[in-house]
Amino acid sequence: MAILARLNGGGASVASTHLSGAPFPVYRALSAPPNFLSWEDRLIPRSVIVLAIAAVGFAALVGTERAASRQSGSSRIVVTYWEKWTGDEMEAMRKVVDGFNRSQDRIEVKYLSISGIADKTLLATSGGNPPDVAGLWADQVIQFADAGALTDLSELARQSGLTESQYIPSYWRSITYKGKLFALPTSPGTSALYVNRDLMPEKYNSPEKFPKTLSKFEEMVKEVSVKNPDGTLKVAAFLPRQGYGTGSWPYLFGGSFEQDGSVKVDSDADIKAWEWVHSYAKRFGIRETQSFTSGFGNYSSPQNPFLSGKLVCYVDGPWFSNFINLFNPNVHWFAVPFPYLDGHPELAGYTVLNLNTLMIPRGAKHPKEAFEFMAYVQKQDVMESLCKAQRCNSPLSAVSQSFFDTHPNKAIRVFDALARSPRAFGAAPFGIYNQIGQEVSNAVDLMDLGQVEPAEALHEAQRRLDKNWAKYKIQVLEP
Amino acid sequence: MRGKQDNRMGILFALPWIIGFCLFTALPLLSSLYYSLTSFSILKSPKWIGLDNYKELATDQVFRGALGNTLLFTVASVPLATAAAILLAMLLNTKTKGLAFYRTIFYIPSLVPTIALAVLWLWVFNGEYGLLNEGLKHLGIASPPWLTDPAWTKSTMIIISVWGCGHAMVIYLAGLQDVPQSLFEAAELDGAGLIAKTRHVTIPMISPVILFNVTMGMIGGLQQFALPYVMFPGGQPARSAYFAAMYLYDNAFLYQRMGYASAMGWIMFVITVLLTLAAFRFSRGRVHYEGG
Repeated sequence: MAILARLNGGGASVASTHLSGAPFPVYRALSAPPNFLSWEDRLIPRSVIVLAIAAVGFAALVGTERAASRQSGSSRIVVTYWEKWTGDEMEAMRKVVDGFNRSQDRIEVKYLSISGIADKTLLATSGGNPPDVAGLWADQVIQFADAGALTDLSELARQSGLTESQYIPSYWRSITYKGKLFALPTSPGTSALYVNRDLMPEKYNSPEKFPKTLSKFEEMVKEVSVKNPDGTLKVAAFLPRQGYGTGSWPYLFGGSFEQDGSVKVDSDADIKAWEWVHSYAKRFGIRETQSFTSGFGNYSSPQNPFLSGKLVCYVDGPWFSNFINLFNPNVHWFAVPFPYLDGHPELAGYTVLNLNTLMIPRGAKHPKEAFEFMAYVQKQDVMESLCKAQRCNSPLSAVSQSFFDTHPNKAIRVFDALARSPRAFGAAPFGIYNQIGQEVSNAVDLMDLGQVEPAEALHEAQRRLDKNWAKYKIQVLEP
Repeated sequence: MRGKQDNRMGILFALPWIIGFCLFTALPLLSSLYYSLTSFSILKSPKWIGLDNYKELATDQVFRGALGNTLLFTVASVPLATAAAILLAMLLNTKTKGLAFYRTIFYIPSLVPTIALAVLWLWVFNGEYGLLNEGLKHLGIASPPWLTDPAWTKSTMIIISVWGCGHAMVIYLAGLQDVPQSLFEAAELDGAGLIAKTRHVTIPMISPVILFNVTMGMIGGLQQFALPYVMFPGGQPARSAYFAAMYLYDNAFLYQRMGYASAMGWIMFVITVLLTLAAFRFSRGRVHYEGG
């Protein structure tokens, strides 16, 4: 953009130089009368220049297609809505969009499924041509808000009567930042432990009998895991690096990714957490674990390690029940909250959450109309039908009895209760959450390979993140 | 007069490309050079910081690691893929039954979209269900964890690149068919066998094609992105499959450090130019063109 501004500025100075009477050969050559150079002598004849201008003009017209499309068809205002979903999830939201379009006659939501939605929203916003509504994740709220890419929805929410009390607190926290509301929720997720009942000894094979504390859980892991005669793994009761939200274990140990407003990944709780994770690689063997995990199939396939019976316990969100039904409905399962650290019942109820959201990017053409649609999605019946169709729990504090009774995930109450837990955590609350995830993951890889001790790996990750955070503060947070 | 008219018509027909090149290649290229000298997070205006991005890159361990992975992959995959492509082209240049069928079979892999390819390879290299390990098991060879052991991830990528040599093979095949039969006959009269003919006739005669394919392969290797991005998210395990283009993408879009990513792009560009120049320099006296 800046370079374009510079080029434009350059062009202006050429014109003004010419107007002031100063000689400027290039400009004069192009603007001289026809007899200055005969057409035969010109390298680029007029017809070619005309054609070039026509081509650029055509491109400009095509470029304004978006603006035209907003007004096309009827007199309704067209709100463009980009969403990441495909398949069943996309269709579930399509029903909501159709319902909104039918419910009034002023606004028409144009719903588009976009791959790579985060990148495209980023670039479209930067180019001043964003959608009116973007279906991004709550993880991205801070990063996008820091960059000034989002519209503050606080006032629009107040006018619509949407308040904090209508939402489960952990979800509300993940869409607000520095006291401002930057998104509204659609379907959320929380993590719980799926347990294959058929592979569990009787003493653990129900939610009531399943271990509640970490030490009891560890005993169960030892008891249930099976090795082949050659020492390779046949069945692992649990692997902490498999499943959903496996980068957030420090929360289980009372840690967090933050200390005094700065990124912290090597606190005592962090080290304790990752040492616990690493203990699995040590227990089962580095080579054996590598070999075992290399046999895991794709997540959405019958070879998913939980569905193929390689893993007995698996952390995942409420949507996973759908994959069980699709790929191996013969698996008998139940879901429980993850066990808590011994002697710390206050840490019980640990869960990792994320949330699909609707945001209005900076520069959206119809923010009020876009918000009207977003507010429609927040109606309890609309939200519940969407969340049920997408096999998720609801982000709203009020949930109907029929939602629980008819939900396709039989353990939906577990996920709902976990979402309401004070130990429910989202992504690291920093705009550099991606770097945090990658650095910590790399540190744990190095631990698991036996190349460095956990503390040393985390200190190195901390050093790199300190640099990243310092850069981020200068480059993004400073005005 | 006629020449000038032709000239004008030539420019006229090339105009769409010229406009496209200026708008979509030259301008972004120059913009990225400018951005590489700024702190630019895409959504905020760029701030001039001079050479800071380049200085930071000089001490960035992750960049060094990713660059090392990329160079290692390129150095290993290009000669192997070249050898495989030449060998296949020579086989397909013989008068065997069903040649058209074989040519099609060998060329098909280069038509498969990269993402679909990545998903298929994940299955092939699967430690338990994978075709490759199943085959190795039958041969009594211990199957390595191709996807989860850092010692094997780059080998996995190299094997895939060799498998995809069909495109180069077709170009070699075209080159081979241009080699005059009389040269082989003359060599045979001098008592040359298959190896001697290959060394003294085939290779010199297709040397321009080899130079072209090696150069293109090298550039492709340095730009390796989609396949490892899908197969080894984040370059895991332990960034063993983290390539320079992946780190560039992550900086540009995940970390919103477009200025830093632009600097990385320019370093990759300079490396690519230097390696290409080195290839051309090395080819002097070794590559034979018709008529000189």
